[in-house]
Amino acid sequence: MLRQVSQSVATSGLAVEAIDLVKDFGDTRAVNGVSLAVPTGSIYGLLGPNGAGKTTTLRMLIGIIDPSSGMRRVLGREQPIDAAPEIGYLPEERGLYQSMHAREAIAFMGALRGLPIAEGRRRADDLLEQHGLSEWGKKSIRSLSKGMAQTVQLLGAIVHRPMLIVLDEPFSGLDAINQGRLEEMIRREARDGVTVLFSTHVIAHAERLCERIAIIAKGSVAFDGSVAEARGRLRPIVRLRTRASDGPWRAAMPANARCEGDELVFELPEDGPEPLLKALIDGGAGIETLAIERPGLHDAFVSIAGSQALAAMGTQEQVK
Amino acid sequence: MTRLLRSAFVIGRRDFQATVLSKAFIFFLLGPVFPLLLGGVFGGIGAKVASQTEQPVVAVVWPQEDYARLSDARDQLAEAMHGATVVKLVHYAPASDLKAQQQRLLASREPPVRAVLTGNIATPHFTGAVGPDVDQVELIIANARDRNAEPDLAVTPTAAASGSVAKDQAVTGQIGQMLLFFLTILLSGMVMSQLIEEKSNKIIEVIAAAVPIDALFIGKLFAMLAASIVGIVVWISAGALLIQMLNNGGVRSLPSPAVGWPAFLGLGVVYFGMYYLLLGAAFLTIGAQASTVREVQTLSMPVTFAQVLIFGFAATAVGQPNSAEAIAAAVFPLSSPMAMLARAAQDPAWVPQIVAIVWQAVWVALILRVGSRLFRKTVLKSGPRTKWWRRAQKTLDVGGGV
Repeated sequence: MLRQVSQSVATSGLAVEAIDLVKDFGDTRAVNGVSLAVPTGSIYGLLGPNGAGKTTTLRMLIGIIDPSSGMRRVLGREQPIDAAPEIGYLPEERGLYQSMHAREAIAFMGALRGLPIAEGRRRADDLLEQHGLSEWGKKSIRSLSKGMAQTVQLLGAIVHRPMLIVLDEPFSGLDAINQGRLEEMIRREARDGVTVLFSTHVIAHAERLCERIAIIAKGSVAFDGSVAEARGRLRPIVRLRTRASDGPWRAAMPANARCEGDELVFELPEDGPEPLLKALIDGGAGIETLAIERPGLHDAFVSIAGSQALAAMGTQEQVK
Repeated sequence: MTRLLRSAFVIGRRDFQATVLSKAFIFFLLGPVFPLLLGGVFGGIGAKVASQTEQPVVAVVWPQEDYARLSDARDQLAEAMHGATVVKLVHYAPASDLKAQQQRLLASREPPVRAVLTGNIATPHFTGAVGPDVDQVELIIANARDRNAEPDLAVTPTAAASGSVAKDQAVTGQIGQMLLFFLTILLSGMVMSQLIEEKSNKIIEVIAAAVPIDALFIGKLFAMLAASIVGIVVWISAGALLIQMLNNGGVRSLPSPAVGWPAFLGLGVVYFGMYYLLLGAAFLTIGAQASTVREVQTLSMPVTFAQVLIFGFAATAVGQPNSAEAIAAAVFPLSSPMAMLARAAQDPAWVPQIVAIVWQAVWVALILRVGSRLFRKTVLKSGPRTKWWRRAQKTLDVGGGV
């Protein structure tokens, strides 16, 4: 069942809008003119390496901190705190009261967002059961595993049935099974009309889930658009293996073609595959294999954010 | 406003339950018992030692009938002096060798004899350490010689006289102030560390995203107030001390305050709340800047000194409620509740009390507001881009350039 959005959000079609957000911490500029437009009901990913400004951007968008300059509008409100009852938030640094029972923790987070405590407890029971944690409902948070506690916090972020869910690095710390569950939960919420905005430095999650993404590097938005648009920025890659090592067909090879083992790898020419195939056949290349690969988001990210950002992400993923 | 209060209630309820339902709260409730026990034990020992060492003993080596008259005169003096230290007399029948008996008594440790009185009531002789005891003994002997010397004073008692009432009401005010001071000093450390839990387990992010920071501060402050009131109710309910005081006429022996007992007790509750909220708001703000328990502990000592200073300042209102110092103490927000409670004991006027309560409430709101802004600015790193003086400097630079 679709959740109702407010009139102003329905009119603009945007759940989150940011124009030229800037955030300075002392003399350090953490975010430098970020502009975003998150469509209502979409799954929107913020990509970028740690330190790129993703968390600071999210914290500004949901009102934990104020921007040094720039404008933000969340669910039609200029002050995000006014929209707090309709927002669910999972911070990057997870935190719960250690002595609280799991069920109470979920109900408490719902109560913070305006959900009556009794209703919060009832929904907490349902959610815990759905996620196979019903027997842990009356156990204290300190007795749960890290993954369980993270799931409890996530359930606390959605217990009040928000219109916008903001998740900061939601997959970190989860095993593969729980990552899959979380992906499914995000899709389910989006099917209900909820807007999901999440940050990640794992490109595979964004590629599987997101309709739109923003790539943030060094505090600025390097790209904002659909995943297909990001991929569309790159030409398809051709991988060619021939029997003949030389011949007239060589003239058809682009200047940037490079050898990878016994394959030639190059971008598909702008006039498409047919002229290329004709030149190869007529030139006596003896085509053994020819593959045309559509670039992935990973390749698009490298192209957009630069190899420096990728190198930073690679290092962090290894550490994690 | 409704949302602010509702959010504060959610925070406050959680804190209240976490505090009152924890095992540590039992120790909080037992807290005042330890100083009382220590006071009782050491007070008893001290009193025993003092009675043994401080009350001078004079050995009286007189005939029995003379000693009886002397002893009566001594008891009369002790009664007139309301328990003040009066020499203790111990009778010894004269021995055959009076000189040896005198030497033996002066060397005695049980009881510790300060002097020996020999001879009889007509020709007494005092031998021993000369001090104020000699004057007392002279007075007692003079009284014992002539019981009719006591003047026949006609006495017409009245309920009260202005001089005695003013002094006695000042005592009531002082006791009220001290109770307020000790109750809040117990709580200040707890208030200071109120935000440590949220900061250390990172839940502050979730709360700051969901509710206004003002609601967090208000909720925490009122939760602590509610927990402290639970403590006070328990302490009073289990108040062996109060019962003891009532049995011995302690409370009843205090002079009635100027506004009357019911109003004074009511004002006591209101001013406890105000004093707690004012100090609590200030200490919560200071404690919110600390990241660790160690930092809170470091802050605790200067904060306790500050409380003692405030108490000393407020104490100037006792006995002289209209003096410049007393009015200043009533106006200064942090000392105002204590100063006004002392005033209630001495001045029946209600207008200053109502004005003071409104004034204190305004300051509670103001400190909370400043505290929450400071928290956003320093802990959550939110707020304007640069410091105001830097912005002003930039403005001046630009102006100068033009």
